[in-house]
Amino acid sequence: MGGILNSSIARKFAMALSAFFLMFFLLQHFVINVTSIFPNNGKTFNELSHFMGTNPLIQYVMQPILIFGVVFHFVMGFILELKNNSARKIKYAKNNGGANSTWMSRNMVWSGLAILAFIVLHFIDFWFPEINTKFIQGDWSGMHDGQLRYFHELQEKFVSPARVAAYVVAFVFLALHLLHGFNSAFQSVGANNKYTKGLKTFGKLYAILIPLGFVVIALFHHFNH
Amino acid sequence: MNLTLKIWRQKNASDKGKMVDYKVTDISEHMSFLEMMDVLNEQIINKGEEPVAFDHDCREGICGMCSMYINGEAHGPDRGVTTCQLHMRMFKDGDTITIEPFRAAAFPVIKDLVVDRTSFERIQQAGGYISVNTSGNTQDANSIPIPKKDADDAMDAATCIGCGACVATCKNSSAMLFVGAKVSQYALLPQGQVEATDRVLNMVAQMDAEGFGNCTNTGACEVECPKGISLENIARMNREYLSASLKG
Repeated sequence: MGGILNSSIARKFAMALSAFFLMFFLLQHFVINVTSIFPNNGKTFNELSHFMGTNPLIQYVMQPILIFGVVFHFVMGFILELKNNSARKIKYAKNNGGANSTWMSRNMVWSGLAILAFIVLHFIDFWFPEINTKFIQGDWSGMHDGQLRYFHELQEKFVSPARVAAYVVAFVFLALHLLHGFNSAFQSVGANNKYTKGLKTFGKLYAILIPLGFVVIALFHHFNH
Repeated sequence: MNLTLKIWRQKNASDKGKMVDYKVTDISEHMSFLEMMDVLNEQIINKGEEPVAFDHDCREGICGMCSMYINGEAHGPDRGVTTCQLHMRMFKDGDTITIEPFRAAAFPVIKDLVVDRTSFERIQQAGGYISVNTSGNTQDANSIPIPKKDADDAMDAATCIGCGACVATCKNSSAMLFVGAKVSQYALLPQGQVEATDRVLNMVAQMDAEGFGNCTNTGACEVECPKGISLENIARMNREYLSASLKG
């Protein structure tokens, strides 16, 4: 990560930009997933999923940007963690971090690792089969047994209690990550003054409500299958 | 009160150093923490041993010399105070107090609790100033109107005493609160505009070169800062830096 990312503030800015993109993606993902609990037997969810899964702009432009954003955010996060650890070679014998900062802010790398593990599981569950169907088997119809397959695939995945439990735990870590990350991203791009107090409240609501919404969706399908 | 102290002892910069236990007796709750250290050193000297070296100067919270990481916090458990303003009434009889030097690769230990903070001086030298001609025709500063809010914010930033508590506290040993304050105090005033672009670029470059860590916005620095320097100063520095980078 040389060149423009040599400066500490440029690295902060880059982390924040990738975070904004990922938070926007998360919101968009949530809005689509919410339609899966609409009382129309997955019709809206199927249509939206088929659109997202076959639209060339989404598939060939937004999807690569998203993957780059995810990889960049993780790689840069770990690089920063390693650099920051080397900035204090001898650790304190006694350090009372809880007196001046939140657990979330001090443990972004651990909540990030938990989210990374979840993304691997999520890719195995949904993304890899999707890539296989479309790009390897060449089936872009989105059909299975005469109907769009997305809603049925979603329901299938949430039958297993172990998988639902893993998803719930992952979303708790996502909430912890966002509770610090949302407002941290705004601070990094220089947005912190008396006018941003409302933004901080919005950030906390976003950090709790979006992961909670994903949990509700997972539990809904688990108990309604 | 009687106390047990666990203090970092290190003969010199190259010594490995270790924590050493001391008992100190007859400490008044009205003493400052540094006065307690004076009593300890008298007791150590009377035993014919080497007293504990620690930084101090004005002892009234202005100079920024005293440091110490006390029970896991820079300048100890009180808020808005330096170690010299920390009183022993914050502790109880029989307490064990852990006392360490400020830890950061950019603040190497010189001896015991004394650390080398000249990295801050070098950051200041990189841009923490304004150039004013002293030909006799210099414009009176009071003739330049400045909005009250800007003047207040600049003054707040200028109260930074450069003690390094922000670095010591930060889990990343980041110096961004210090540099943010120094950049802000000029960025808010017309007198600081002439060198604004070079100032922020050079000070941040020097901060990075000194080996301070990257800020991750934990906010610990703001809480432990004895002068209450706000995180808004870091946000302002970020804006100034990005704006300066675009200008080239």
